[in-house]
Amino acid sequence: MFDDSKPIFQQIADTIANDIVRGTYNEEDHLPSTNELAVFYRINPATAAKGLNLLVDQGIAYKKRGIGMFVAPGARRVLHDRKKNELIATNVQQLVHDAHALGIDLEALITLITQEYPHD
Amino acid sequence: MTDNAINLSGVTRRFGSVTALDEVTTSIKTGQICGLLGSNGAGKTTLMSLIAGHDQPTDGRVEVHGKRPFESAAVAAQTCFIRDNQRYPDDYKLTHALRIAPAFHPHWDSDYAQELAENFRLPTKTDTKKFSRGQLSALAITMTLASRAPITIFDEPYLGLDVSARHKFYEVLIEDYTRHPRTIVLSTHLVGEMQSIFDHVIVLHHGKVHLDAAADDLQSLGYEVSGRAETVRTWADENAAMTVRAVGSLATATFAGPVPSSVPAGLDVRDLPLHDLVAAIGDNQQGVKS
Repeated sequence: MFDDSKPIFQQIADTIANDIVRGTYNEEDHLPSTNELAVFYRINPATAAKGLNLLVDQGIAYKKRGIGMFVAPGARRVLHDRKKNELIATNVQQLVHDAHALGIDLEALITLITQEYPHD
Repeated sequence: MTDNAINLSGVTRRFGSVTALDEVTTSIKTGQICGLLGSNGAGKTTLMSLIAGHDQPTDGRVEVHGKRPFESAAVAAQTCFIRDNQRYPDDYKLTHALRIAPAFHPHWDSDYAQELAENFRLPTKTDTKKFSRGQLSALAITMTLASRAPITIFDEPYLGLDVSARHKFYEVLIEDYTRHPRTIVLSTHLVGEMQSIFDHVIVLHHGKVHLDAAADDLQSLGYEVSGRAETVRTWADENAAMTVRAVGSLATATFAGPVPSSVPAGLDVRDLPLHDLVAAIGDNQQGVKS
């Protein structure tokens, strides 16, 4: 479930964020509690709480006192934009860099991308 | 120090010429889950016996809730430590073990014990002496969790448990911990599998504490470099490597501490996952202090 690439609380936050993007959770949905997440993912409750709090800090979730955590309105938009920026910042840059290093010129790269891109 | 449930200062335990624990100083916070790691013979069980008051140190001081645990009825009532080789009287069945438990554990929850015994499918008609290794572990888990002891100690509680039973154990452990918060000390070799449940990790080697860190700080406690053997070996000699391994012209070496900025070009560097770090510490004969 988890890998060693980043702290587990971050992976918990990422997992929930992905679930929001995919529509597993809708905006204003009640998120699982710290304890529910801890048991489900078999992790320390303090780690689960840290993951949820990270989502609060990022404006993706908000706390209703005494009730729990909810998906913030506009969260999906925020996450969508964030994913888009991540794609450009990491994958595209990496692809262009690697292609250049392997001697694939820009025109050939564009042709390859055009072939892969879904047409409809 | 009131937020520490357990304090050890300068604790040494010798058995004849063998030093099982060598001036161990550490503490475990109240309400945290502490993982006790290290290779066989590192001193994990000795440390837990001292905390439980089953044994006393040769030197130094152990305190549990501010009291010395050895022969303390007050500490014993707050502690549960079932050894992995726990024996029950010959004619004991599950019910006998569960019936006697409240005599030792004032916080005992018999309904919960029953629920766990059923959850782990413990047989009711078999003598405990005929229990399999896995069933003995499941019985120890049942008794230890149902004790609801404020100091709950597990010594390699997974022996003989298959992967589904272990998952069940992690789930009930975390569930019961969230309902009845307490201090938990747990020794394990299954580092990768269990690391996510710990607040705090202590790694012992040859009776000494080699690593004592909050789970949040586990990211950069060790690193590994790999690349051409001669470059790796030079770097390893200069930087007190814990382990060096080679195949053909490739070598890898492991080090304690965060990745330095000065690693030579041409060497690949990665953070060591905790289980690799524990293995490297266990492999390291000289016992480099981290």
